[in-house]
Amino acid sequence: MRERAWIFTGLAAFLALALAPVWQSALHGAARKPEPKIVTKAKQCVEPTAEMRRNHMELLNAWRDTVVRRGQRTYLAADGKTVTMSLSGTCMSCHPNKKEFCDACHNYLAVSPYCWECHIEPKEKS
Amino acid sequence: MGEDRRRFLKLAGLTALCAAGKGSLVRLAGAESPATGGAAKKKIRWAMVVDPRKCLEKEACTACIDACNHAHNVPAFDNPKHEVKWIWKEPFADAFLDQDVRYIDQALTTKPVFVFCNHCDNPPCVRVCPTKATWKREDGVVMMDWHRCIGCRYCMAACPYGSRSFNWEDPRPHIKQVNPDFPTRTKGVVEKCTFCDELLDKGQLPACVTACKEKALTFGDLNDPDSEVRRLLRSRFALRRKAGLGTNPEVFYLV
Repeated sequence: MRERAWIFTGLAAFLALALAPVWQSALHGAARKPEPKIVTKAKQCVEPTAEMRRNHMELLNAWRDTVVRRGQRTYLAADGKTVTMSLSGTCMSCHPNKKEFCDACHNYLAVSPYCWECHIEPKEKS
Repeated sequence: MGEDRRRFLKLAGLTALCAAGKGSLVRLAGAESPATGGAAKKKIRWAMVVDPRKCLEKEACTACIDACNHAHNVPAFDNPKHEVKWIWKEPFADAFLDQDVRYIDQALTTKPVFVFCNHCDNPPCVRVCPTKATWKREDGVVMMDWHRCIGCRYCMAACPYGSRSFNWEDPRPHIKQVNPDFPTRTKGVVEKCTFCDELLDKGQLPACVTACKEKALTFGDLNDPDSEVRRLLRSRFALRRKAGLGTNPEVFYLV
């Protein structure tokens, strides 16, 4: 049992490394959950806010397929409103602050949708 | 033996009954379903008629090309091998390779004509696309879904008109003036004329047609005998590019 000291030092080092996320967040405080900044005065998005937060990606995919593949450009919302299905036209007219509205959460979650590789983002003061 | 025959006859009778029943059921459903009722509605078949003679009046005019390039964010690469074209000028003899143009009016054959995607009724590009990124719409427009294009360029090999272009580089920095209402493409994606599907869906004419002051381009429905395109095709003889290939191009050139 002469190596006891080494074994326990190694174990301690391993635990410290493995639990780094825990003590790092205890030390510095957890990364703040981003809150998308909504600048529009409109009361509601095309669907209720909770629904949009959870499912906006599915909605956008459905819009994309309906417009491109079926040539239909008007969306009938659950409450009977109709809107033009357009990312840069409809979505970004209410949410022109892409950095604070889209990127804030996407960066936090490390997702990188490729919308803006083709679609043109609204001009922002940087 | 007797048992077997009886069973066979029963089974055969039942099969015949099922077959007959199915036929009448289909007919019954066909008569009442709204889906088939909709098919009776007149189908649109978009087509373009080009009058190259009208282009002779202003030879250097590129209004249609400029309008299209701006509307669709078509990039202008310096390298001619990387050129992206939606609508462009082609020497008459090159555009109509299968035609003997020797005895056609020289005023016409010595000048270039405007060419673009022919929106074939039997499009070879659609048959070869492995991802269904390109397909023929109900109204005849050969559409592209740039979200799905993987850049394999089979369609470019299949198209006998060279109507498709590939983005060898990122097109963004090569767009002179970006139109924010239309997306750009990315590197590795094929693009071509889509008859301005975004305008057709709004009930408007393609951008090139609106831009042409000489009215050299006429757009309309081939299935409507009273349409302007049908009237023009009735009154004058028209060529189609490489019609012998069986692609059934739907862009007509009046001679």
